[in-house]
Amino acid sequence: MKILVAVKRVVDYNVKIRVNADNSAVDLANVKMSINPFDEIAVEEAIRIKEANKADEIIVVSIGPKENQETIRSALALGADRGLLMQTDEETQPLAVAKILKYVVEAESPDLVILGKQAIDDDSNQTGQMLSALMNWPQGTFASKIDLMDNEVNVTREIDGGLETIRLKLPAVITTDLRLNEPRYAKLPNIMKAKKKPLDIQQVSETGIDIKPRLTTIKVTEPAQRSAGIKVSSVTELVEKLRNEAKVI
Amino acid sequence: MANYKTPLRDMRFVYNELLDPEQIQALPGFEEISSDLVEALLEESARFCEEQLQPLNRSGDEEGCHFDNGNVTTPEGFKEAYNGFCEIGLNSLTSDPEYGGQGLPRSVATFAEEAMCGANFSFSLYPGLTAGAIHSIELYGSDELKKTFLPNMVDGSWSGSMCLTEPHCGTDLGLCRTKAIPQDDNSYLLSGTKMFITAGEHDLTDNIIHLVLARTPDAPDGIKGISLFIVPKISVTKDGSLGEANGVSCGSIEHKMGIHASATCVMNFDNAKGFLVGNLNKGMEAMFVMMNNARLGVGIQGLGVAEASYQGAVEYARDRLQGRALTGVKNPDEKADPILVHPDVRRMLLTQRALIEGNRALAAWVAFELDVSHNHPDEKRRKQANDFIVLMTPVVKSFMTDCGSEVSNIGMQVLGGHGYIRENGMEQYVRDARIAQIYEGTNGIQALDLLGRKMPEHFGRNMRPFFHAVRNYIYAKEMNYELKDFLIPLAKAFGRLQKITAVLAQRGMKNPDEIGTASSDYLRMLALVALAHQWARMAEIGMQKNKGDDGVFYQAKIDTARFYFERILPQTGALFATMMAGAKSTMSFNDDAF
Repeated sequence: MKILVAVKRVVDYNVKIRVNADNSAVDLANVKMSINPFDEIAVEEAIRIKEANKADEIIVVSIGPKENQETIRSALALGADRGLLMQTDEETQPLAVAKILKYVVEAESPDLVILGKQAIDDDSNQTGQMLSALMNWPQGTFASKIDLMDNEVNVTREIDGGLETIRLKLPAVITTDLRLNEPRYAKLPNIMKAKKKPLDIQQVSETGIDIKPRLTTIKVTEPAQRSAGIKVSSVTELVEKLRNEAKVI
Repeated sequence: MANYKTPLRDMRFVYNELLDPEQIQALPGFEEISSDLVEALLEESARFCEEQLQPLNRSGDEEGCHFDNGNVTTPEGFKEAYNGFCEIGLNSLTSDPEYGGQGLPRSVATFAEEAMCGANFSFSLYPGLTAGAIHSIELYGSDELKKTFLPNMVDGSWSGSMCLTEPHCGTDLGLCRTKAIPQDDNSYLLSGTKMFITAGEHDLTDNIIHLVLARTPDAPDGIKGISLFIVPKISVTKDGSLGEANGVSCGSIEHKMGIHASATCVMNFDNAKGFLVGNLNKGMEAMFVMMNNARLGVGIQGLGVAEASYQGAVEYARDRLQGRALTGVKNPDEKADPILVHPDVRRMLLTQRALIEGNRALAAWVAFELDVSHNHPDEKRRKQANDFIVLMTPVVKSFMTDCGSEVSNIGMQVLGGHGYIRENGMEQYVRDARIAQIYEGTNGIQALDLLGRKMPEHFGRNMRPFFHAVRNYIYAKEMNYELKDFLIPLAKAFGRLQKITAVLAQRGMKNPDEIGTASSDYLRMLALVALAHQWARMAEIGMQKNKGDDGVFYQAKIDTARFYFERILPQTGALFATMMAGAKSTMSFNDDAF
């Protein structure tokens, strides 16, 4: 049993982000970057599966510039076995990411691919689904519980109405939701050991994959400032305002 | 309020730019310690301290430790935090890999220690005392003792304590009365009472390994008759498992001004089985080696708590709107300006900052020399590093804890009444910081150790590495016109320090009270010069990088250096005058008139 986990390097969730001067993107100069929290959950889940003796190997893949090695190393420190950087300095949108992942999946033939349901920078929530379609594999998105069996996996999904449990045939793609697990802290000795784990680098440009962006960013702006709230004196007044002013009911 | 964030940016600056990471990596044993590894280690350590230790800081202070019939319970959440702390290895950073430690350089571990103290001072004491005990056993214990006790202490399942103080003796340990009676099986039975024992009893670990100073029946009087013993709370059987309870009990815990979540215990030893560590009657030597290491750690406590206070003060000064700037309205949209605009508030914040960053730089230098003194292949270089540490240990312990107290008091002042009430967490820093000036050898004793012992020892040899480093820096940079605002006052203060050193050495030979009277002022002056040296170096780096990437950080280095040289270093002038005045007014005062 082999698990492939995809991780993205994003602005750390603690950072208060700012739009750059020409309103073209978020300012990334001297900003702390970390592993996407949903992807960290994916890594943690893979490690738990391995610790339960249900998997033999965890491969971590990341797509992006050479700095992504740090992101991969942090996943290796948590307990993944080896890393792969698909290196590119180009912007990669979800379809491009899914295509690169397809390439990696075909080369590595994992039984299971786990990735975050979305990245906290662009919040696309598309890559897992696209990968599943490209591979023609079953998908279990927004997982809050994963129960692995021989050749099958039960995935409990967080859906609007509550929880839904589905059974997928392996190989499959699973995307993680927030409540799947709580990632551990890396043990400090493992951070040292992670330096010695194998990390391969492959240039995306050499794969022949078309990663050309399909979307163009026109403008990036800060959200509008929230205006002050008001106090209402009664429920009747509240209902009246919701109906006539806010027009939400 | 009071939301501590590890100052990783400044730590990275100190490690990568003030220290030389390549020199650290060149030391045998540290070949794998690359800069990016250090970065990853510190980031994860910082994350744990901020997310797991900090939330327990104020709750631990409010709840305190509980004592019930000999049992001590730590505040809620401490046990889980302790387990997590050991799980990720924060307790064993510098311990010997042979016993399960990570063997990291002290110059790296120091930053992690700062983060622990900044996030939760009280918590840091439990693993801190264990680290001290481990260090003593590593250095002086027999192989058998090491094998029996170290693996479980290094992985954190057992903790340690240092039992020195007795009800009638603290500073003067020669008066120690605890008895150790030799037995046929090479062990000893210890009886006596120890007090102010940090982490003497608690519920974090299955066993507590006490290191106890005691006296055998035919030992000589005074300090030369003290030996060091290992006394486990629960005896350890031959196969390493836990046996019966030893004759060790906790009589009570103290009610203290601060560090409420740290159990400060009265420990009773009643025919408790113990084992000699090192040689008979040489207990103080073993203690001193351990204490040199621990004293740097105590200095770091002062630094950590100071940083936490500074962060709270800055946050408040930005948000709190009161009054208008003296030179005109700065914040026209509101009814008042943030108090950050007021000169006296800025004076307070910059004083905090200049002392904190200066101390961080100095501590890193001392930690680096500590690594050199252990790991450098050249014996001459090791000795030189050791001389430096011997001199700087009392300086770091004393000055950095004095600053911990000064700076946390300033932080409270910035918040005014909101600093004095408990809810905002600022007064806790003041109360917690205060102990560090007292324990592990009071700051007065540190000063006496510096001027009365470390300075004259080997005809002043201990002074050389520090004095030469400062002198060489001044000589090397004196033609650098851009640095003149820093070098001239540094050279002036250094000159004063050299002069007063010579004066005191001479006066001290005739009258030891001259040394005793001047010692605290001397220590502070030496520390202020040491910080000036660091600030000149930091400003120099700042000037090379303030136009580039992250220029704001480097410009702030230059500007803080300027503040230090203009507004803090001049204290050396007053200290010089105070010391020159001599001992007479202090010592001739009529005792009955007090």
